[in-house]
Amino acid sequence: MEWNRKDLLGLEDLTKEEIKLILDTTESFKEISTREIKKVPALRGKTIANLFFEPSTRTRISFELAEKRLSADVVNFSASTSSLSKGETFIDTAKNIEAMKIDCVVIRHSSSGASYMLSKKLNASVINAGDGTHEHPTQALLDMFTIREKKGGLEGLKVAIVGDIRHSRVARSNIWGMRKMGIEVRICGPKTLLPVDIEKTGAKVFYHIEHAIKHVDVIMALRIQKERQGQSYFPSIREYSKFYGLTSERLKYAKGDVLIMHPGPINRGVEIMPEVADGPYSVILEQVTNGLAVRMAVLYLVMGSKTKEVSA
Amino acid sequence: MNMGLKEKGLVMDKEGVERTISRIAHEIVEKNKGTDNLVIIGIRTRGVFLAERIVEKIKQIEKSVIPIGVLDITLYRDDLSTIASQPVVHKTEIPFDITNKVVVLVDDVLYTGRTIRAALDELIDFGRPKAIQLAVLVDRGHRELPIRADYAGKNVPTSQREIVEVRLEEYDKKTEVIIIGK
Repeated sequence: MEWNRKDLLGLEDLTKEEIKLILDTTESFKEISTREIKKVPALRGKTIANLFFEPSTRTRISFELAEKRLSADVVNFSASTSSLSKGETFIDTAKNIEAMKIDCVVIRHSSSGASYMLSKKLNASVINAGDGTHEHPTQALLDMFTIREKKGGLEGLKVAIVGDIRHSRVARSNIWGMRKMGIEVRICGPKTLLPVDIEKTGAKVFYHIEHAIKHVDVIMALRIQKERQGQSYFPSIREYSKFYGLTSERLKYAKGDVLIMHPGPINRGVEIMPEVADGPYSVILEQVTNGLAVRMAVLYLVMGSKTKEVSA
Repeated sequence: MNMGLKEKGLVMDKEGVERTISRIAHEIVEKNKGTDNLVIIGIRTRGVFLAERIVEKIKQIEKSVIPIGVLDITLYRDDLSTIASQPVVHKTEIPFDITNKVVVLVDDVLYTGRTIRAALDELIDFGRPKAIQLAVLVDRGHRELPIRADYAGKNVPTSQREIVEVRLEEYDKKTEVIIIGK
């Protein structure tokens, strides 16, 4: 199996084999971070621009570390201090950056489809680090890698994703990816936070958390995006927490060896209680560790692809 | 088997390979005056199986077990940006400290020396060995770097249009060394 895509924009387009290739490659990259010298020369001489048009802690640091551990030269761009504030368009900014002979652009943007649009305009590789409410492929890949590492495989597992599915690019990427890998995906949340027609993805819809997590292998809690709560998706944070918060009491419905995941950042006491987030079933910090290896694998594969033409 | 190429000759049969590995194992023990401070690291893919066979032979000779490691040099190659597609990356597994140890690197064929250059770079990222020695089953010449083997099973003059293929039971279901070409 060979990787022959210029970009990584989402998991909706990927095949099962391509996802498997990324996860298998990640296995090998994980070992590098355990060495005393955590650096290999694979991307020496390559330049990567991190274009973050939205705040990010984990993903930005993770990408930057991954790039540096592969010996690439890294340029960081943040929207607030750029010429965008002088009226330059998003595409012009990107084209100007590419004119400086950048080999790869990692982009986080608040608009869905931003990475796709960029990939059509640039010869450089484009990696989607999260675009609006569309996709966040590397997060879903690291989630699947963590599950595979803990459970020994993916096929036939049951995963419940609980929370704000409507606004979650992590949920979308996970639904696409996990369904392809043979996982039964259950989504759960208030009706107002579930997208219309989500069943078409093959995910099963639940409105009660106890039903959703019954006998599941993995529970993924999603962040309640407090910045969106002015829009009245549910009466109050307290009420949400009461009906959908992940408590140790509720864990009894799941399997005895259930994994608790969260893409971060966590609202402690809202979607997940501290004793669950810090408890024995939690793999939340392992997700962060695996994120670094996944991003190294993605950068290696994407930048090594010889498919450098902009597709029509 | 490479397409359009045919087998041109047998360099070593199964017994020949086994005798050669046995000789290399004896030479390693002799040169290092025993096995103290010795570790063996095989370069993926076939170098790993050769390393395992050498360790087994030394165990028979000296009654001592030498630590064995696995090196995947993919990420240290100097041609990653020029080859057709990224090669598959496998794990490097060196579960011991190589600092102040005598490391015997094992590979199947020594050709341009570029694989060994990459292996040396990677090894040095793991620590500071007292010495690094190189053992290969076949030295086919055409060196592009100033690298030589300390233990060479067989020197085989070849043309650059030919390929020396080492086959090992553990990976290829058959043990032999052949030359293939047009």
